[in-house]
Amino acid sequence: MEKKHLLSILVDNTPGVLSRIAGLFSGRGYNIESLSVAETLDPFVSRMIIVTKATPSGVEQIIKQLHKLINVIKVNELTGTKFVQREMALIKVKASEQKRAEILRIVDIFRCKVVDVGMEHYTIEVTGDEGKMTAILNLLKPIGIKEIAKTGIIALLRDSQ
Amino acid sequence: MKLTGAQIMMKALKEENVDTIFGFPGGAVIDIYDELEKTDIRHILVRHEQGAVHAADGYARAKACVGVCLVTSGPGATNTVTGIASAYMDSIPMVIFTGQVPTNLIGNDAFQEVDIVGITRPCTKHNYLVKRTEDLAKTIKEAFYIAGSGRPGPVLIDLPKDMINTKIAYNAPEQVELKSYKPTYKPNIRQLQKVITLIKKAKKPIIFAGGGVALSGASKEITELARKTQIPVTGSLMGLGVFPGTDPLWLGMLGMHGTYRANMCTGDCDLMLAVGVRFDDRVTGKTDTFAPHAKIVQIDIDPTSIHKNIPVEVPVVGDCKITLNEINKLIENKDFADIKTTRQPWFKQIDEWKSTNPLAYKQDNIIKPQYVIEKLYELTKGKAIITTEVGQNQMWAAQYYHFKKPGHFITSGGLGCMGFGLPAAIGAQIAQPGKLVVDIAGDGSIQMNIQEMATAVQYKLPVKIVILNNGYLGMVRQWQELFYQKRYAATNMEHAPDFVKLAEAYGAVGLRATKPDEVESVLSKGLFSNRTVIMDFVVEREESVYPMVPAGAPITEMLLV
Repeated sequence: MEKKHLLSILVDNTPGVLSRIAGLFSGRGYNIESLSVAETLDPFVSRMIIVTKATPSGVEQIIKQLHKLINVIKVNELTGTKFVQREMALIKVKASEQKRAEILRIVDIFRCKVVDVGMEHYTIEVTGDEGKMTAILNLLKPIGIKEIAKTGIIALLRDSQ
Repeated sequence: MKLTGAQIMMKALKEENVDTIFGFPGGAVIDIYDELEKTDIRHILVRHEQGAVHAADGYARAKACVGVCLVTSGPGATNTVTGIASAYMDSIPMVIFTGQVPTNLIGNDAFQEVDIVGITRPCTKHNYLVKRTEDLAKTIKEAFYIAGSGRPGPVLIDLPKDMINTKIAYNAPEQVELKSYKPTYKPNIRQLQKVITLIKKAKKPIIFAGGGVALSGASKEITELARKTQIPVTGSLMGLGVFPGTDPLWLGMLGMHGTYRANMCTGDCDLMLAVGVRFDDRVTGKTDTFAPHAKIVQIDIDPTSIHKNIPVEVPVVGDCKITLNEINKLIENKDFADIKTTRQPWFKQIDEWKSTNPLAYKQDNIIKPQYVIEKLYELTKGKAIITTEVGQNQMWAAQYYHFKKPGHFITSGGLGCMGFGLPAAIGAQIAQPGKLVVDIAGDGSIQMNIQEMATAVQYKLPVKIVILNNGYLGMVRQWQELFYQKRYAATNMEHAPDFVKLAEAYGAVGLRATKPDEVESVLSKGLFSNRTVIMDFVVEREESVYPMVPAGAPITEMLLV
């Protein structure tokens, strides 16, 4: 059975690394559901968080294949461990006169922020885990979503203590 | 001391004990060639860059070292891709240097510019674009280390022209240190205990040896293990020669064109010791019916090879040589004192398989390709280094030439790359000047890199080319005969050149046999000449390779003669 797996990968921060990782996934027929990457405190190292769907043996291969890349320093599977995860979305919602109050109520309930206001729209910033994202999108869809931009998931292991 | 990039490169190559480079010059590497000329490193000028890579591959295998190529940017670089992919599939250690346009022109669609690092990312173990001369020496050192260590493979270094011409103060690089690349050579001892227990319990065990055994130089160790525990041995195409093909324990090759007994053994065995193999689809056939009764032990230095296609009982990550040596040490002779008697039922079964369906063909009044290989084997006493092209010629070579030592069967196994044999023979001959090197070819595949005849003649290399000439792309024709109702779409190659005249045109010797009784005399004359020789054997047009397992069928369900 295919399941979602969250991988946290430390890589050398050198040109072409993203392409090596993306190429590994496409070349071997694995899929990437989301990907986020940025420098860590050490400017020579980047952290990638990849969400992939795979069978247990599939994810074992993915992790081993990632390890095999010379520029990959460390691979952690976060799924099955204790970790915190967040993603962020900017959602541009149609905001007609009658709907403004309702939108603001939703924003309030979900502890989001309105970051841009126009005559016809609000742009809302949402941060949270996947569940929260789905919930707010379900509420906003009937009102009318004009555009959406989402980051991939970022995640960190919780400290053991 | 200030040195240019090209001079630094020469120093680095000397440091790695490089004595031979296969290459082809061009605008982007002209400065490198200018420096190379001043060193004592031998350069072999091929006629096509693909030939350079295959030659370096043959050289690396025949000498057990890292092969080196040098080509120019753009088309020079793209022409290497097939050779690199072949070396990558077969885990051959190699460093390929490609020229590149000056850094300020990269990305500009400049003349003879191509993103070769991007192109070869999926078919190299690693690759580099060196933008600063300061990084060059260190990169070369790293590249050789990566290519030759762990599971070996090709590494490519792309060299922009301005970086090669820049002069800097030279500092020799120190030890290579890579943050995460640390191959596991030593096996986990607890896993080995499990292996020993399984060996002791097994009634019907087999050893399945692959290219990894050859690469780690573990031929002696695997032979010792097999003989001590009386376990019969089969091999993948890449594993031929790691165990003596004349030993009574040898089962022949496993797989699509493996021997009947080897394939049947996998269906029946209760223990399979898989060493340095990756369970390619040409070996397993249908995976869910592969070795259904066996506990499988897999020993490999590359963790990705384990559990990839076939689930295994005991995975052992480690170098084949070190691991087998440890296993041999853990085996107590007293446990195997009566082994020859206790193995009898298993040997009896194997003998039965052997006698019911041995490798066979019938030699009548047209030359059979198998007969040519058998005669070749006899006349060379099984001691020649054999390279092959790809297709029927390759399979008959694997079936009928009984390899006794590693490094004597050089073939494009994983990629199955036609045009491999001749340049690989050139590389092997340069690596082993005293040895007889024979390329077993088909009339189709020999034409894919025939231009390397000029290279062989230029360097006075006495390589021998045995063409099994059936006027077809025989392996595809065989599939068409069996599975496409004999519709021979695009496989008829009856308009081939006259290979005797072609040999002569290149300044080589050309010989031909058209009747069975001419085979031996042509071989004797050709093999013992000190010149480059093409021997053209006009063979039965529609001979097929048997046994054959149709693609995707269980490996024990063979089509037989």
